[in-house]
Amino acid sequence: MSDHHHKETFITKYVFSTDHKMISKQYLITGIFMGIIGVFMSMMFRLQIAWPDTSFSLIEAFLGSHQDGGVMSPDIYLAIVTIHGTIMVFFVLTAGLSGTFSNLLIPLQIGARDMASGFLNMVSYWLFFLSSVIMVSSLFVEAGPASAGWTIYPPLSALPQAIPGSGMGMTLWLISMAIFIASSLMGALNYIVTVINLRTVGMTMTRLPLTIWAFFVTAIIGVVSFPVLLSAALLLIFDRSFGTSFYLSDIFIQGEVLHYQGGSPVLFEHLFWFLGHPEVYIVILPAMGIVSEIIACNSRKPIFGYRAMIGSIISIAFLSTVVWGHHMFVSGMNPFLGSVFTFTTLLIAIPSAVKAFNWITTLWKGNLQMNPAMLFSIGFVSTFISGGLTGIVLGDSALDINVHDTYFVVAHFHLVMGVSAIYGMFAGVYHWFPKMYGRMMNKTLGYWHFWITAVAAYGVFFPMHFVGLAGLPRRYYANTAFPLFDDVADINILITLFAILGGAAQLIFLANFFISIYKGKKATQNPWKSNTLEWTTPIEHVHGNWPGEIPSVHRWPYDYSKPGQPKDYVSQITPLYEGEEES
Amino acid sequence: MTALLYILLAFIIGIAIWQITSIFNLKSVIATEKDNNTQGILFAAFGIFFYGLMIFCFWKYSVVLLPDSASVEGVRYDHLYMVTMLVILFVQAVTQFLLFYFAFKYRGINDRKALFYADSHKLEMIWTIVPAVVLAGLVLYGLSVWSDVMDSSDAENPLIIEVYAKQFQWEARYAGNDNQLGRGNVRNIKGINTMGVDMTDKNSLDDIPTRVLHLPKGRQIVFKFRSQDVLHSAFMPHFRAQMNCVPGMVTQFSFTPSITTLEMRKNEKTMAKVAGINKIRAEKGEDPYEFDYLLLCNKICGASHYTMQMKIIVQEEADFNTWLSSQKTIAEVVQEN
Repeated sequence: MSDHHHKETFITKYVFSTDHKMISKQYLITGIFMGIIGVFMSMMFRLQIAWPDTSFSLIEAFLGSHQDGGVMSPDIYLAIVTIHGTIMVFFVLTAGLSGTFSNLLIPLQIGARDMASGFLNMVSYWLFFLSSVIMVSSLFVEAGPASAGWTIYPPLSALPQAIPGSGMGMTLWLISMAIFIASSLMGALNYIVTVINLRTVGMTMTRLPLTIWAFFVTAIIGVVSFPVLLSAALLLIFDRSFGTSFYLSDIFIQGEVLHYQGGSPVLFEHLFWFLGHPEVYIVILPAMGIVSEIIACNSRKPIFGYRAMIGSIISIAFLSTVVWGHHMFVSGMNPFLGSVFTFTTLLIAIPSAVKAFNWITTLWKGNLQMNPAMLFSIGFVSTFISGGLTGIVLGDSALDINVHDTYFVVAHFHLVMGVSAIYGMFAGVYHWFPKMYGRMMNKTLGYWHFWITAVAAYGVFFPMHFVGLAGLPRRYYANTAFPLFDDVADINILITLFAILGGAAQLIFLANFFISIYKGKKATQNPWKSNTLEWTTPIEHVHGNWPGEIPSVHRWPYDYSKPGQPKDYVSQITPLYEGEEES
Repeated sequence: MTALLYILLAFIIGIAIWQITSIFNLKSVIATEKDNNTQGILFAAFGIFFYGLMIFCFWKYSVVLLPDSASVEGVRYDHLYMVTMLVILFVQAVTQFLLFYFAFKYRGINDRKALFYADSHKLEMIWTIVPAVVLAGLVLYGLSVWSDVMDSSDAENPLIIEVYAKQFQWEARYAGNDNQLGRGNVRNIKGINTMGVDMTDKNSLDDIPTRVLHLPKGRQIVFKFRSQDVLHSAFMPHFRAQMNCVPGMVTQFSFTPSITTLEMRKNEKTMAKVAGINKIRAEKGEDPYEFDYLLLCNKICGASHYTMQMKIIVQEEADFNTWLSSQKTIAEVVQEN
């Protein structure tokens, strides 16, 4: 770290950078690009769900041989649904969210010059980039991309005879995800080591902002669970290519018996969900951390129950690794296991409730500064509660029987982890944009973006619960084969209209984001009057973050509106005043 | 209606573009007191929209929901569901109100200082213990229903039926006079023996294959599920019943039908739903629909996943027995071919 002023070329500064701030921007831009693809796909399949058999020039233009006269084929419908899920969960909400903000904020908020290993960090990003390229290129495979759902349950995902997407498309999916997991592990290890080793003088674990706690714990969950998905994927590759029978047994398809004997798809389900469930917390915890920070700062109040917030992050993380079976209540697994997983799953509602109440109490008697980041944070709390509560239905094995795999589930997880995590991501972008680009995003566009998105999100996902409760299974290309579901057609049209509205609202964000990078108003050093360390660094980025000594920390990050202080915020680097007690 | 929404959409996009052009003129980038005021009021308005949407959905869409449970076990399911839903809706109503109300009430004013309130063990104990107690109640109730539904070991003389899944069709097999299913394996699939029944097993001979599932009212049925290719899920929503069909293993679910198809057609909620459906069908010039129970596929299984179904007919036990005895056994079917 001795020489921060060595000459940088374009390549080392913008492409193969080892600077965490640049890497964070790379993650964000890649995440946004993948997000555009993912959201666009949802627009396409929502058109199909609302108006099956109707010709759309949009679909004709984009789907080539996978459509007939502007109507998509059932195979490509399933493929789009699959890739939408994959992209949104992994590429946008894992890499795009965690990758962006862990990278940006961990060194800046703990007072470190950079990540523990800048090189590993760079490799992590470029592996993510490579996996994104492979995933996107799988869209152009002749037989179509992977189509077995983002959960890729075999045998459907193992047998090209069962669905065309399980040929080359699935192979690319598996390769892409294997690389993605390698990237994610490198990132996570880096985050953990950095938080443990590189905190500045005085930055004890109980003076860390909640963002850092969230990123730190998220990284630990990732290290524990992602390797299991990698092994699941490897065994699937063996079954697909080398004739093993880990997941397959007794299969008769297209007039012939296959040689597989003795495997079980239920094994795959266990392995998949051992990652798959913690994965939703990998997605939501960073958003929770971001929201905690933004709500405290914009309420001009300390976060309520700081230690309880840390405790709930840790207990959610621990419990998240012992609840995976709630995705498998009707998989044929022993019903006794169902009872165990019901118990652990409903336990997780307790720390979640603590968090929700603590956020609401933080607002109470605050002096709320309604910046766009704050709107999205309040929106986060709302969607997290709405989506979280229906988890009580789905986490209860008995009740899950009749709503499992229906649109009720789709509504639930989109609210609680999809919309909420995206809100957290938007909140983070609006809040830390000045730190990333030295400029401010436009406020008014931010307001429009939030309100249209908020109305559209509930307009989509609230009525969707009813579609599920009417018994309509998810992943149906059309519900025209069942007169029983004729009366949900209207609801589906309403949902699609709101979805298009919500999708269009994101154009406002894109415009605001990209224009502000170049033309936004120049930022001041601490625009939100925040206490945390990142706002003590110069606006213009320097390699090593602080031009001189790294400041030492003397207090926790939430001394907002502390009685006896001249201002309503006190930076963490301010020593305690005479006679002042630490909060 | 649709056109109106399109126009609304175009209008909003228009405003967005107009906003974009004025972006660079705006000097203020941080929320002012005026912004706090406007946005706080908007949160109150959004709260009203939020409750309005909830009430609208319950009022308008309750008719599309499934009618009363058609199985004995499902009645307990419905009750558990009601209790859980009431808890959820209560918590939802209260917490969302507090959230939007606080956002409105405490919107920032320049010369006000927020209350420095960092901790309260008492409050935190309350919202740890209260959810814990409520959830404990729901868990205990849920688990009692779950073990009740999943444990069919105490069934007296249950009817045993195999449900067999494949891309993209359902078949079924009754265990016959001996009430014992003959062994099955995909390696036996040949010609008319589409379920791969082992014809050398003496239990197989009296088994009765079918493509329409007839069930007797009032008798417990134990379903054994198999699949020949990929995962499927046998979903019988009217009976609150679902189980995956897994290649290579036999899974099980059990329930006791309590309402015949004819009775269900006369159920008030069913009639309201069917009337709604038929109104829509009449507008499209389609034949009227008559209610039937269904078994659907609820696990993504391939291109025609969305069409995979089997009709279920629940009859009085005497009618069922008459029907069953008129059916050919698998031995007869195989012999004929």
